Amino acid sequence: MESILVLTHTDDSGPALTKPSLEAVTAGYDLAAQLGATLSIGIVAVDAASAVTSLASTGARLLAVTGEPFAQPRYATDAAACEALCRAANATIVLAPGTSRFTRVAAGVAHRLGGFIDTHITAIAQQMLGASGPSPLGTGECRLEATRWFYRQRIEAVLTRDVRPWFLLLDAGTNAPFAAQPAPIQVEQIQVQLPALRTTVTGLRAPTQTAQTIRPEAKLLLVAGAGWTKKQLDGQTHPTQAGDLILNFLRHTNASLGSSKSLVDQGTDNQPVLPFLTHLNQIGQTGATPRHLKGLSTCCHGEEPHVVGWRFIAERRAISLDPNCGWTRGKADVVYIADAFQVIAKLNALLEATEN
Amino acid sequence: MSNPLHIVVCAGIVPDPLQTLEPIPGPGLKNEMVLPAVLDPWAASALYEAANLAAKNPGTKVWLVSLGSKAKLQQVMMTVAQKASFELVPIDGPIGGFPDAHSTAAALAEAIQSLPGLDRSKLLLFGGWESATRGAGVTLQLTGEILGITDQFQGVDQITLNDDGGFEVLERVEGGKHQVSVCAGPPAVLGWATGNLPEPRNNPQTGMANMRTIMPALQKAKAAKLEANGLRYLSASLPRQQRTTRVVKDLSPDEIATELAVWIGAE
Repeated sequence: MESILVLTHTDDSGPALTKPSLEAVTAGYDLAAQLGATLSIGIVAVDAASAVTSLASTGARLLAVTGEPFAQPRYATDAAACEALCRAANATIVLAPGTSRFTRVAAGVAHRLGGFIDTHITAIAQQMLGASGPSPLGTGECRLEATRWFYRQRIEAVLTRDVRPWFLLLDAGTNAPFAAQPAPIQVEQIQVQLPALRTTVTGLRAPTQTAQTIRPEAKLLLVAGAGWTKKQLDGQTHPTQAGDLILNFLRHTNASLGSSKSLVDQGTDNQPVLPFLTHLNQIGQTGATPRHLKGLSTCCHGEEPHVVGWRFIAERRAISLDPNCGWTRGKADVVYIADAFQVIAKLNALLEATEN
Repeated sequence: MSNPLHIVVCAGIVPDPLQTLEPIPGPGLKNEMVLPAVLDPWAASALYEAANLAAKNPGTKVWLVSLGSKAKLQQVMMTVAQKASFELVPIDGPIGGFPDAHSTAAALAEAIQSLPGLDRSKLLLFGGWESATRGAGVTLQLTGEILGITDQFQGVDQITLNDDGGFEVLERVEGGKHQVSVCAGPPAVLGWATGNLPEPRNNPQTGMANMRTIMPALQKAKAAKLEANGLRYLSASLPRQQRTTRVVKDLSPDEIATELAVWIGAE
């Protein structure tokens, strides 16, 4: 019988488990029910007391590694904590959220336990096995199948492993966060032998820019392409005006800002730039593939923003001067053939009027 | 103050991002051997950062450890060799996104452990935090773990060496922020994101100097057989979703703005 462990953590925002952690709890809870497996939940936090109350209704065995060394993400301490939790739970399947904290250590932990890992999992399913393969009637045996993307969201594959322990890192946004009424519950404290620490986390730093433009929780993603800094109808570039239009749009909509690689790269090539853009805004081949409900692409041309960067955007619209842009066809729901400078200016005015 | 380092950059080669990819049973890529290849974009960032550190720290040595078919490695090195000075350590093996990362890491670690003259107390293990093939973000981490390195950083955009031999690292975390850490010094693993350096211009002199050692190294490349480790692929396919795109050509900016405002406001 499989034994499932869900690894979770808190972060600097407070004593509660992170949203991706609660999503992993949902995945583990559902999978344990499907497989008839035992469920444990491991918590890495300074203090797990308030974090565990939301997990009471899972009926899971709760394990925690707590203390000041675990206040901040760091390879040596987090790997030791996760290793201790895995050994205490004796799990065959380990689920963890694909947060920066756990993606930093999960593979190392899997190696320490003689296990194997697959990451960026977007779905987990069990398949009942018949005598000659998958069968709805089955023979009582089942196979765990995981779905993930390869080649930067270009190819989707389903895979399985018959070795254990099997670590699966879940992409954020692929499960609903576990929600239940808080209730008092006992948690087992797991002791950890820490190695000598050579790394000190000194804090967080936001990139030097006029505004925070990356908002993972936003409903809308605005994608800015290189067209914003190209010559306009008057034969001149207008990067300052472009920057103002984009920032005003973000201010009115609370949207997150993504950018094509070519626009970000202009900064390092000493060309006209939008000063608030950094490589962190970049989506596509060497950037992020964010998850938002809606996406509006402006002044973009090419495969990257429309295919790779938009893979997990539900509703997609684009503003482009090129009626023949093949990348938007079949990828966007609506393409407006228009000048983004004019449209965004009008749109900002409308949004401002609505606010007032 | 100079801090000579031994920087080992692990870098895969990947199909040119502009190529259309089509999976075939196996799984693999259709016409994989004839697709133009490039150095993985994130690993390339790691190489450029390594070259930058080497330029600032006399005595620093850079190795480039790469697993791939000899023919592909030779093709890619013709360009990469002009970007930075390094010693190539090729491993002859399959490329692509579908081999198991644990086996790849084991092959890389074995090659690194056998590097003559490598001083572990000066070792910075560089590579991409993900790749444009498998993109799992685990190969470098596993390699570091096999080598017993417990100071690891992923999604790195910046390293600043301190006079005391330690260094400050900026790692990408959620919300468009960087986590700042100070490490006492090598050995450490740094999985690079994009960094902040532009792609170096081609330097034919550097290329010629590199190629003098690259060609013999390619001829002597050891073959690596990658175990599956129980990994089986049940399917690999292109996304089927094709949207019906409405192309709007006859609306004024005012009308488009009005339509977009409604769309943005709609739940």
